[in-house]
Amino acid sequence: MSRIELKHVDKFYGDNHVLKDLNLTIEDGDFMTLLGPSGCGKTTTLRIVSGLEQPQNGIMTIDGVEMINAADAYYAEPSKRGLNLVFQSYALWPHMTVRQNIEFGLKIQKLSKTEMDKRVKDGLEMMRIGQYADRYPNELSGGQQQRVAIARAVASNPKLLLLDEPLSNLDARLRIDMRSELQRLHKTLGTTIIYVTHDQTEALTMSTKIALYRAGELSQVASPMELYMNPANLEAADFIGNPRINLIAGKAEYKNDKLYVHTNLKDYVFDKKDMTDQALPSGTFDILAALRPEQITIVDKDFPDAIPVKVYANQPAGSETLVSLQAGDSDFIAKTIGLRYFDIDSTVYIHISPSKINIYDAKSQNLIKRASLEDIG
Amino acid sequence: MSKVKSEKPRHPMTSKRLKNQFLNIVTNPFNVIVLITLVILFCLVVIPLIQMVASTFTLAKSETRRVHGEVGSFTMYYWKYMFASTLSSAAFFKPLIHSLVCGAFTVLVSVPLGSVLAWLLVRTDIPGKNIIGLLIVIPYMIPSWTKAIAWLSIFRNSRSGANGLLTGLGIPVPDWLAYGPIAIVLCMSLHYYAFAYMNVSAALRSINSELEEMGEICGATKPQILKSITLPLVMPAILSSIIMTLSKSIGAYGVAANLGTRIGYFTLATKMKQFIEKGPTGVGYSMSIVLIAIAALIIYGNQKIIGTRKSYATIGGKGGRSTDMKLGRAKKPLMVFLVFFLFMAMVFPMFILVMETFQITTGNGYGISNLTLYNWVGTVDQAQTYTNYPGIFRNPEFMSAFLNTVKLSFLTSAITAVCGVFLGYISTRGRGKWYGAMTEQLVFVPFLMPGVAFSTMYFAMFSQQHFIIPSLYGTFTLIVLTSVVKHFPFASRSGTSNMMQIAPELEESAMINGAGFWKRMQAIVMPLAKNGFISGFMLTFISVAKELDLIIIMMTPKMRTLSFLAFTYSQDGYAQMSDAISVIVLLFIVVCYVVANKVFGADIGKSW
Repeated sequence: MSRIELKHVDKFYGDNHVLKDLNLTIEDGDFMTLLGPSGCGKTTTLRIVSGLEQPQNGIMTIDGVEMINAADAYYAEPSKRGLNLVFQSYALWPHMTVRQNIEFGLKIQKLSKTEMDKRVKDGLEMMRIGQYADRYPNELSGGQQQRVAIARAVASNPKLLLLDEPLSNLDARLRIDMRSELQRLHKTLGTTIIYVTHDQTEALTMSTKIALYRAGELSQVASPMELYMNPANLEAADFIGNPRINLIAGKAEYKNDKLYVHTNLKDYVFDKKDMTDQALPSGTFDILAALRPEQITIVDKDFPDAIPVKVYANQPAGSETLVSLQAGDSDFIAKTIGLRYFDIDSTVYIHISPSKINIYDAKSQNLIKRASLEDIG
Repeated sequence: MSKVKSEKPRHPMTSKRLKNQFLNIVTNPFNVIVLITLVILFCLVVIPLIQMVASTFTLAKSETRRVHGEVGSFTMYYWKYMFASTLSSAAFFKPLIHSLVCGAFTVLVSVPLGSVLAWLLVRTDIPGKNIIGLLIVIPYMIPSWTKAIAWLSIFRNSRSGANGLLTGLGIPVPDWLAYGPIAIVLCMSLHYYAFAYMNVSAALRSINSELEEMGEICGATKPQILKSITLPLVMPAILSSIIMTLSKSIGAYGVAANLGTRIGYFTLATKMKQFIEKGPTGVGYSMSIVLIAIAALIIYGNQKIIGTRKSYATIGGKGGRSTDMKLGRAKKPLMVFLVFFLFMAMVFPMFILVMETFQITTGNGYGISNLTLYNWVGTVDQAQTYTNYPGIFRNPEFMSAFLNTVKLSFLTSAITAVCGVFLGYISTRGRGKWYGAMTEQLVFVPFLMPGVAFSTMYFAMFSQQHFIIPSLYGTFTLIVLTSVVKHFPFASRSGTSNMMQIAPELEESAMINGAGFWKRMQAIVMPLAKNGFISGFMLTFISVAKELDLIIIMMTPKMRTLSFLAFTYSQDGYAQMSDAISVIVLLFIVVCYVVANKVFGADIGKSW
């Protein structure tokens, strides 16, 4: 268990500036996911934490102990940091059996035979691969190899477990199974976990915290729910969520501690208490109202505040139905549970709860009005 | 949260920072190994080269009679002698032209030959591919000088004292056929076609046959497909075979010496050796610099031309499905061509070579009265002709040469293979870093140098004492050292491809588990590199066992190898003895190759 602090970390590959003044704190016991598209610096961060890469700038501490001090050219060895890593490719040593793979690090630590056997047994049991102990990695399936890699990493009792896109080589069904395994692993071990992925579902389902990357910088660090409900900027809003968030253009003006918003759908007035501390332009300015597809409910004609819209397309898909809608020149998508059928070009009525709307300043792209998290879990 | 800095930070140089930086470097054995490797490469590659260039501008003692000046002073004498003296024509320009002519014609014969063979075996439905595919690479395993000797055993005329097969049958063989450029070109072509064969067949295998099938669907005829689809795709491979063949054949010594010197037909390589032995040595060194420059120029040109086109050499590199092209009516004539080629290139010369070892008088037919086992097991008092050597199995010279060959091959290949692991490790792990690039470049230098030029350089360099290295003049160590360094490019290449297969993550995960450099080497890298290591060892072993060009300058009576002994006997007119030794070398190499191939999966295609 440990608390990791990264301060002002810069990493260059040649002239390529891949991490730009990164500041990130990972609290003890967190399941922290580093999320972002490929090439955004998340794996580089993981490798810096593990000690496989050395940043040109910055400080890193684990539990208050300095592990990196670039100014002093001090970099603690990976093995001295009390962590272990599961690679994307698993990196199982092909010339060693499952047991030998797990034992390798323990032998280097010079553990007693009994302690080593216990650790190996625990690891094999926890990952449910006991029957494969004497097989070689190439005699195992991808999912089994994955379990061996995790067993090998946890056998050394790391205070910090690093996982680099561990599920990306598995098929869709195994991936869902492994997500719950990893969640349970985190609960059983209580270890701090740093998890790198580009898959937002993995991030949202498993983590206690998500650090969202954008081109070598942190765009937002928040809990999964906060990240989903209140993305700090338009790019984050666009990246998180499937189907993607609806953006509806409009105008706004801030006066008398209230935000007056005009959109094609409806006009709204928001209280100061729902606003972020972003500085606002004076006078009337362009905004984008953001709305998750599942927050748009299709209602009866006589529902209070119902808004008439036109059906553009209809995609029933069993457990859910996606409806493409049009209001004026705005297109958006609504998601309803179950199978529903709407005729194309017919008019339907929708209801939107104002408290669930995010408002972004179109110029700065930053969130200026938050959605309420109240009635969600 | 973000403040973008586009410039790299500069940290003040505190004593703590300095200390940590120093510790970071010296506590990592990898850095230490890189440093040692670079120093060694510098000493073994750069310094000898500089030394040799310098010696061509320095007046040697032997020239003081002819040239005014002090020993050791600067002189242009050697370069003038070579380029601008009354002797220039005979000493340099004629051999240069001979080398270029032989090289060019060897390319003209061997590259088309190798390419067509490759196409037939990879792309068409020619029958008996497995057998033919194996037979086709055998000539490459045979040392090139053995081919020259086999050529002589057929075409030798009375000029050599011992008749060859044709002369013996009463067919007069003119000198221009028996010796000189035609003989040299044909012998080298039958050796170096293997470059084109191996390069082009690899390229052909990497082309997806769907590319050709698409041409067929578009309505192209087979010749059209060959001309506009297949040929352009393998063009880079063909060009690079041209370059390899040219640079190899220009510097080749063994064939040119066996077939040219008798009639005074000198190439750069043979003339150079003459100068080094008979003086002025400086001229010989100057010539070897010219040889190196030509090779470097050719390879540089190759990279310029092919560099931009390489991109599509790997198109469809996954291989994919391959459908053989139906030869139809052309099948029979092509089969005849193949069988004829194999017969002329392998069966016939080998038959003559082997038979000659049993003959009393060469070229006198195979009648029972002319057959004997004397050349193999005879004693001196049985000597029927003027031979004053016993049969090779009773000849102490042969036995010692055999042991020397095994010893030299074993030592060289063992050292080379170990070096190869480290060189390959540095090149792969240092990819994109300065030391990785530098190692690769330094290691490549010996490849540029023709064997004779390379050993000349070492001979010059290590004949004197340098710092802690004693004079190695006339020692076995020098021969091993030369062979090792000359094989560095190959060692590094096979080491690199070996290391490429070991993903860095395998080492990184060991690192995280607390394994230091040596532990990782011992527990992870070495076990995984084992097979590649052994096959690299075997391929070097075979290459050294047949080597002549590289070691010929350094030979002393005590250290003779089989190839040198065969060469000497051939020069001295003991044709049957020379043949017998060639047969032994051949058997030895084939046995080694079969062992390497069957037991360790070594592939001759990866050798040189």
